[in-house]
Amino acid sequence: MRDELLSLIEKNSRIDLKELAVLLEQEEIDVANEIAKLESEGIICGYHTLINWDKTNIEKVNALIEVKVTPQRGQGFDKIAERIYNYPEVRAVYLISGGYDLLVILEQKSLREIANFVSDKLSTLDSVLSTATHFVLKKYKDHGTIFDKKSTDEREVITP
Amino acid sequence: MSKPLSNIVESIKPSGIRKFFDIVSEMKDAISLGVGEPDFDTPWHIRDEGIYALEKGKTFYTSNAGLKELREEICNYIQRSQGISYDPLSEVIVTVGGSEAIDIGLRAIINYGDEVIIPQPAYVSYEPCAMLAGAKPVIINLKAENEFRLTAEELENAITDKTKVLILPFPNNPTGAIMEKEDLEKIAKIIIEKDIYVMSDEIYGELTYKNKHVSIASIEGMKERTILINGFSKAYAMTGWRLGYACGPKEIIKQMTKIHQFAIMCAPTTSQYAAVEALKNGDEDVKMMRQAYNQRRRFLLNAFKEMNLECFEPYGAFYVFPCIKEFGMTSEEFATKFLEEEKVAAVPGNAFGESGEGYLRISYAYSLENLKIAMERLKRFVENLRKQK
Repeated sequence: MRDELLSLIEKNSRIDLKELAVLLEQEEIDVANEIAKLESEGIICGYHTLINWDKTNIEKVNALIEVKVTPQRGQGFDKIAERIYNYPEVRAVYLISGGYDLLVILEQKSLREIANFVSDKLSTLDSVLSTATHFVLKKYKDHGTIFDKKSTDEREVITP
Repeated sequence: MSKPLSNIVESIKPSGIRKFFDIVSEMKDAISLGVGEPDFDTPWHIRDEGIYALEKGKTFYTSNAGLKELREEICNYIQRSQGISYDPLSEVIVTVGGSEAIDIGLRAIINYGDEVIIPQPAYVSYEPCAMLAGAKPVIINLKAENEFRLTAEELENAITDKTKVLILPFPNNPTGAIMEKEDLEKIAKIIIEKDIYVMSDEIYGELTYKNKHVSIASIEGMKERTILINGFSKAYAMTGWRLGYACGPKEIIKQMTKIHQFAIMCAPTTSQYAAVEALKNGDEDVKMMRQAYNQRRRFLLNAFKEMNLECFEPYGAFYVFPCIKEFGMTSEEFATKFLEEEKVAAVPGNAFGESGEGYLRISYAYSLENLKIAMERLKRFVENLRKQK
């Protein structure tokens, strides 16, 4: 049940227990127990909402920052990653293979705020060697969801 | 013109579905549960391969039997899913949908006056195709108490010395019924004893929700007398690409290829390239879709249970076939009233043969959101009917 349960709530975290039980052909109590277990094991880490901010009046600027760092003895990249991800304005930090080390995703209200973060906070960290900042111009798809997808049923209404 | 048209064609009744279609298409805001094709888009990597084939200018005929690479992939697929080995060069033909395979398969084996056994409820094409080939259709009315499976006894009673071929449509449209290995072994015994052919339409073979589908061709002594039909429409959500295939003894495939060569030439080239990609890299997509269908199937069965509507548990295809006999109406009356009052369209069971009378075909090739609204309306509808009684 675990895999199917996860794929269902990954798509719809608001789905209720009763419906989950029907879709998975399980007892409600078993589903509830399994979810509790997934939470305590740290497999389910949160229940978020995907928002297309472009459609609101709220200004948000996103940037992807490539960061090259010097790994620290005994701790590799983890220590420096922690120093970066503890900033609340940092949305995500990934260790990346290839031309640079860390990918930092930042969300701020303005371009200036992002610039300030990079110049004042990120670049000044001892182990950071260099950064390259890319601003997001438009989000087409996020978390597997296509924004502005028109869903019309093109099929004939009755077919054998 | 005063000269008469073809007697055979004129004797074929127009599809019962057509009539209902005309009523539904008049109604603009109706929710339809009447569709016999997946609601998913063809997976992007498959579409991309089609686009790529066009870009590269692969726009010519392929060989009559289909691209060699595709036939090889079809054989690989049947080997890994059913453990049956077919020779890509002589035992496979790629057709324009499973429907063409049904047509040319019957034409390849039937002589005028031969009998074709068709278990019903079933897909609407078998009977007319058998008649067009000059055969006499012999109908077996499958029973709800057997979960609409074909039993050995029913088959034995239908066989005469004129019987040429049995059509075996499982997993079944419209009932969702399946035939499991034990069921197949029982009828295989009789088929071999009476020495008849089988046309096994396994177009829904990837969509089963209990055990993996078993082809009758995998049972000993059956491969040499079976035309196995499958295609890409249902498993890979590729209905509009019009691509299917048949596998069978090389003597039969050879004759089928002859008809195909003169009537069709070859299946669409773009679709064939896309289908190679589907067979090579499409397993995960099929798995994802199967899981979604299964969740909807469970949802519908639970909804029927909650409204006390009788329905056997179907384990295949994407249809459920609830019984509406308690309301004292024909399937058509029920479906029409349901459409008029609640604006939900489900196909009357009798469109798939007499034995479908008293049932409705409800397709779950729709999003859960849609199905939820439809089931709320069905619940209200049946509760009102019961109150009026």
